[in-house]
Amino acid sequence: MAATEQRPIGFGRLKRKEDPRFLRGEGTYVDDVKLPGMLHGAILRSPLAHARIVSIDTSAAQQHPKVRVVVTGRDLEGLGLAWMPTLSADTQAVLATDKVRFQGQEVAFVVAEDRYAARDALELIEVDYEPLPVVSDVRRALDPDAPVIRDDKEGQTTNRIFDWEAGDEAETERVLADADVVVVTQEIPFQRVHPAPLETCGSVADMDPVTGKLRLWTTSQAPHAHRTLYAMVAGIPEHRIQVIAPDIGGGFGNKVPIYPGYVCSIVGSILTGRPVKWMEDRTENLTSTGFARDYLMRGRIAADRDGRIRGLRVDVLADHGAFNATAQPSKYPAGFFHIFTGSYDLEAAYCSVRGVYTNKAPGGVAYRCSFRVTEAAYLVERMVDLLAAELEMDPVELRMRNLIRSDQFPYTTKTGWEYDSGDYHATMREALRIAGYDELRREQAERRARGEHMGIGVSFFTETVGAGPKAKMDIAGLGMADGAELRVHPTGTAVVRLSVQTQGQGHETTFAQIVAEELGIPPEDVEVVHGDTDQTPFGLGTYGSRSTPVSGAAVAMVSRKVRDKARLIASAALEVAPEDLAWERGRWFVKGDPEQGRTIQELALAAHGTLTLPDGVEGHLDAEAVYDPPNLTYPCGAYIAVVDVDPATGEVRLRRFVAVDDCGVRINPMIVEGQIHGGLAEGAGIALMQHIAFDEQGNCLGGSFMYYGGRWSLEVPDWELGETVTPSPHHPIGAKGVGESSNVGSPPAIVNAIVDALAPFGVRHVDMPATPGRVWEAIRSASGTAAPPR
Amino acid sequence: MQITLSINGETRSAEAEPRTLLVHVLRDHLDLTGTHWGCDTSNCGACVVLVDGEPVKSCTMLAAMAEGHEITTVEGLARDGELDPVQQGFFEEHGLQCGFCTPGMMLTARALLNENPNPSDEEIRVAISGQICRCTGYANIVRAVRWAAEHEAGATAGEEAIA
Ligand code: FES
Ligand code: FES
Repeated sequence: MAATEQRPIGFGRLKRKEDPRFLRGEGTYVDDVKLPGMLHGAILRSPLAHARIVSIDTSAAQQHPKVRVVVTGRDLEGLGLAWMPTLSADTQAVLATDKVRFQGQEVAFVVAEDRYAARDALELIEVDYEPLPVVSDVRRALDPDAPVIRDDKEGQTTNRIFDWEAGDEAETERVLADADVVVVTQEIPFQRVHPAPLETCGSVADMDPVTGKLRLWTTSQAPHAHRTLYAMVAGIPEHRIQVIAPDIGGGFGNKVPIYPGYVCSIVGSILTGRPVKWMEDRTENLTSTGFARDYLMRGRIAADRDGRIRGLRVDVLADHGAFNATAQPSKYPAGFFHIFTGSYDLEAAYCSVRGVYTNKAPGGVAYRCSFRVTEAAYLVERMVDLLAAELEMDPVELRMRNLIRSDQFPYTTKTGWEYDSGDYHATMREALRIAGYDELRREQAERRARGEHMGIGVSFFTETVGAGPKAKMDIAGLGMADGAELRVHPTGTAVVRLSVQTQGQGHETTFAQIVAEELGIPPEDVEVVHGDTDQTPFGLGTYGSRSTPVSGAAVAMVSRKVRDKARLIASAALEVAPEDLAWERGRWFVKGDPEQGRTIQELALAAHGTLTLPDGVEGHLDAEAVYDPPNLTYPCGAYIAVVDVDPATGEVRLRRFVAVDDCGVRINPMIVEGQIHGGLAEGAGIALMQHIAFDEQGNCLGGSFMYYGGRWSLEVPDWELGETVTPSPHHPIGAKGVGESSNVGSPPAIVNAIVDALAPFGVRHVDMPATPGRVWEAIRSASGTAAPPR
Repeated sequence: MQITLSINGETRSAEAEPRTLLVHVLRDHLDLTGTHWGCDTSNCGACVVLVDGEPVKSCTMLAAMAEGHEITTVEGLARDGELDPVQQGFFEEHGLQCGFCTPGMMLTARALLNENPNPSDEEIRVAISGQICRCTGYANIVRAVRWAAEHEAGATAGEEAIA
C-alpha cells in the first residue's frame, strides 16, 4: 500500500511534479518575466469615490527624464479603448474620461524606464476633480435622490442593474403563511471580501511592431477567454495574440476578469514599441480588482413544529460596485445563487436578487466559489441554525431530519438544479464521528456550568460546480466547454495539452495522473502543457471548481480515444480482431491468451513505425477532445467547528475544525486535502477577520494587509479531515471538483459555532467578520451587559 | 550608486539608486527572482531572506543597508544541487501550492531550525506568523518544517518521537 501510495501509476498520493522549480526559487511568475528593452508602467488612481474630472495635466510627468509615455482616458478614446466590455455584458472604463466612480479607479498610465521612475511620475500628474455625492451604502443606492453613477450608459436613470428571480414565489408565500408553521426571519449580510492571492495582478505586453504579434504574459485564470476578448476589444486579429499565463501565485477568482492595467500595458507597448510590464501593488489589488460577495440577504424559513423544513425565501440586494464586472455565466446575473435551498428537501423556495451600482470597486468575482454558491450556502446554513434555535432542537437533528435522502438522487431542487449524487446522511455521520459530537456537547454543558463559552457549529453544504453545459452556460458568448489534446510520442512518453491553467492546484500532477490512470503511462512520463494559448486547445479556464469536472473529463476522454486507437493498432500488430482484445492498465492483450499483448508504449512505437495500419486508422498515436459537461457536479460536505469565546474581550478562538468532504473520486488525495486546507483557512479568515469596508465617502477601509487579515498562521487550528465518496454518475472518472468546497462550507460552521457559544446571552446572530468588537457588541446588545450570566 | 552585496556566498554588484529596496535589487538588478514581492505594508513575508542568518523582510531594508552582511535567498538554500531538508520537507508534506510564499516560508523555517532544532508546532506557527500563505491553510507548512526537523543531519527529533 505504502509503495503504491508513493508512486501510483494512476490515482493516488503522488508528490507534485511542479514542486522542484518552486522549491529552488525557479518558478516564473509574471513579475519574473524580463524582456530586452522592457519598460515599466504604473497607474494613477482616483483618491475620490465619485467625482467629475475637470482636467488632467500630464505635462510635468511627460518631462520626467525617464518617462516614455503618459496615457489618459482621452488618449484612449482616440484609440477606441477608453472603455472595455466586462464579463457581464457591462462596460468598464479602462482609464476614466468623464468621471471617476470609485476610489482607486484608473485615471492615467505612465510608462517609464524603471518601476520607481514610473511611480515618481504619477506624483507629477495634476488632476482637477469636482466631487460628487457618493453612494456607499447599498441600501441607499436606489433612493430617488441617489446620484446616478452610470450616467455614461444610455437610458440608465437609476443605479439598478438587474432584477432576477428563481423558484415559485406564490407557492413559497403560501407555505410561509401557513398558520401551523414556525417562521424565522433574519437579515444576513455576506460582507465584501477579496480573494487576495499572494501574487497580485499584472502583465507584460510585448507587441512586435514588425510581425504585429502581441505576446501577453498575464496573471490570468482564463488565458483563452482573455485572448478572445482582447481580439474583440483591441481589434487585434486573434491569431496574432498569444496569451501566456506562466506560474501564477494563487488566483481564487481574482484573476478571472480583465483589468484596465492589462489593457494599459498593451497600449503602452503599442505606443512605445517596447515591452511594457505592469504589476500592481497590494493596495491596488485590494482596492481596485475583483472583490467578492457583498450580498445583503434577507431570509425567511418555515418549518413545522416537529422540525420538517417546508419553505425558504430570500431576497438579496447585491452590491456590484461601479461597473458590473461580475465573472459568471452570462445567463445567470446572480450566478448560481439559486442553489440556496442547499442540501434539504423542501416544499417551496423562492429567491429574488437585485443588483445595484455603488461607488465602490467593480466585481464581484467568484472567490473560491462557484458563482455565488458561497453566499447561498451561508444563507441557508445560518437560517437552519436560527430555526433550530427557535424550535429548541439540536442543529444536527434538524439537519438529519431534512437532508435529501440518498434514494432521492438524482434530485431536482425547487429552483431547477439536478443534484447528481450524494449520501448526505452518511457524510454528516462521518463528521459527527470524527468530531465526537456527543462528547463535545457534554463538554460544552460542563463548561457552561463553569461559566465558559464554548460553541459548536455545524454546516452541511451542497455545491454546484463544473460549468457548462455550454448550451446553458457561456461567458461573453463563449460556451463553457474545454478541450484537451494528447500525443503519445514514439518512445511511449506523452504530452497532454490543457485549456485550463493552474494557480497552485497541481494540474501538472493531477492531469498526468488522469492520463496514467487511463493509459498506464507513468505520470512522470506525461508532460502537462497549459497556460499558453499558442500551445493549448481552447477552453474557458480555471474557476468555479471547473478544472477537474470539465478539463479533467476532457483529459479522460482524450485518453480513452487514444486507448481506442491503440486497440486498432494492437489488432494489426497481433493480427486479431479488435473485439478479441481486452484492456488492462497500460496494455491490450488477446482475450483468452493474456501473454499475447502489446503495451501502450509498444503500440506508440508501432503507430509511428512501418506497421501497416487497418483501414481508416491514421498513423501516430494522438487525439483531441472537447468536453461539454451534460450537467454540473455536486460536491457536498459536513463541517463542524468548535470555538471558545471570551465574552470579556469578544475574542474567538477557533479550537477545532472537522471537514468531511464528498467530492466524488479523488485523483490525488494529497492535493485534494491541500485544497481543502487552503479553503478552510480562507473561510476562517472571512468568518473572523476580513472585510473590504467603506466609509460614507467611499474611502476603502480594508485596502492593505495591515487591515485585511491578522496573524494568520496562529488563528487557525490543524484541520481534521474525513471523506465519503459518491462518484458523479455522469463524469467520466466520477470526480466532482473540490477547490472551493471548504471555502463555501466553513464560514457558516464558524459563525454557527460563535452564535452557539453566545446562546446563553440570547444572541441569535453575529455578522461576519466576527471580530472581537462585533462579538462583544452582540453580547452587549442581546443581554444588555457584557458580563456573562450566572 | 554601486551596491556590493554578499549573496549566497557570492559577491554581487548592482548599480541602483540609494533608495532601492533590497527586494528590488535582488529581483530586478540581480535576477534573483525567487524572492517575491507580495505587499506594500511589510505584512506578507513573500520577500523574506536571511541577513546574517536572521529572517528579514527584504522590502523593509534598503539594499545599501545590506552591504557588509551575508544574505541568503531561496536560490542559496540547496547545497551542491542537494535540497536543504527544509525544501525536501515542503516537497514531502505538500507544504506549497502556488509557491509564491514558499521561499520566504522556507527561509524562516531554516532560521528557526538553526536556533531550535526541535520546535513544537506552536513554535513553528509563531515563527511564520508574520508571513502569509493564501493557499495551504498552514497545516502542511507546519508539517513540512517538522519533517525537516526530523530529517536534519544529526536530527534527534525523529528518534525521540519514536522512543
Ligand atoms: S513584500 Fe515584504 S512583507 Fe510583503
Ligand atoms: S503556496 Fe500559495 S501563497 Fe503559499
